Amino acid sequence: MPGQVDALTVSVWRGAAAGRYVDYQVPHRTSQTVLDIVTYIQRRLDPTLSYRFSCRVGVCGSCAMTVNGVPRWTCRTHVDRVAKDRKLEIGPLRNLPVIKDLATDMRAFFDKWARAKGQFQPPATPAADFARVDPASAARREADAAIECIGCAVCYSACDVVAWNPDYLGPAALNRAWSLVNDVRDAGGAERLAAVSGDAGCHSCHSHQACAERCPKQLNPTAAIAGLKRATLKAALTGAL
Amino acid sequence: MSWRNRNHPTFWAFLVHRLSGIALTLFLPFHFWTLGQAIAGEAALDGFLRWAEQPLVKASEVVLVVLLAAHLFGGLRLLALEFLPWRDGQKSLVALGGALSLVVGLAFLLNLA
Repeated sequence: MPGQVDALTVSVWRGAAAGRYVDYQVPHRTSQTVLDIVTYIQRRLDPTLSYRFSCRVGVCGSCAMTVNGVPRWTCRTHVDRVAKDRKLEIGPLRNLPVIKDLATDMRAFFDKWARAKGQFQPPATPAADFARVDPASAARREADAAIECIGCAVCYSACDVVAWNPDYLGPAALNRAWSLVNDVRDAGGAERLAAVSGDAGCHSCHSHQACAERCPKQLNPTAAIAGLKRATLKAALTGAL
Repeated sequence: MSWRNRNHPTFWAFLVHRLSGIALTLFLPFHFWTLGQAIAGEAALDGFLRWAEQPLVKASEVVLVVLLAAHLFGGLRLLALEFLPWRDGQKSLVALGGALSLVVGLAFLLNLA
């Protein structure tokens, strides 16, 4: 086979909440990604394997899985970076219900974006003019830093606080809220700060920083959550919350 | 999830902070009980202090001082993280806190010698 170096032993989760890891032998090629491995198994070895992907180039955020115990985007994770002794273990994302094999039910993850008021809230009366936003302003720089999220749920899966408290909004939803808190055009500020400051909100974060450690886009949800902690404290002290 | 996902410096910093906090919580009642011996009389306190001169107890004191320092510097790091504008280089701050804790422990050890 062109580019084949040797064979890999790949353990893949089969089943739903109850299931087991099944071993497959997969040819190891140069520049191979973990998603290539999963696709090979599904197309050549076992067509009943379920998994999710779309763009294959790190844009859509569909293909995140747990690779050797660590949540990763599989389309841009090279096998050579993560395989140990020619072995790989591929499972579904943690903290989300498993539908089948490597496909998880992402509804809770996205519902929390809505609970954190992650949608832009325009003012009641339309603005008379375009908002003039200085790209160099501190608020815009904060929003820019948080806005590149692709919704892959790697941070959500890496977060121990989500595992301990299933109601916790999680790093991605709070990161989204922080980008809107810093959007000068948004009018939903007070409501959003109230939504993120409850028992399952930003103050539950233990600052493990696993989200920042694992984010494939190198975003820093911990920094966003720390910003929300300061913003909610300030709002509480000034009577705005 | 396995511990493989947790193997990064800021998680270890969290763990040290939490475990040192629990250890200090357990230590404090013992510490106050010891001070209370002074009320019971000079002899009782002196008896305890002689017991505390044993090498193993002295070594435990050094560990305790390191834990106290780790909890102090870890706490300062968290306060800065939560109340000051964000700064990158959090792992460097973890390393700095760890280094300062060891320096404090070493200073205590040298003072014992």
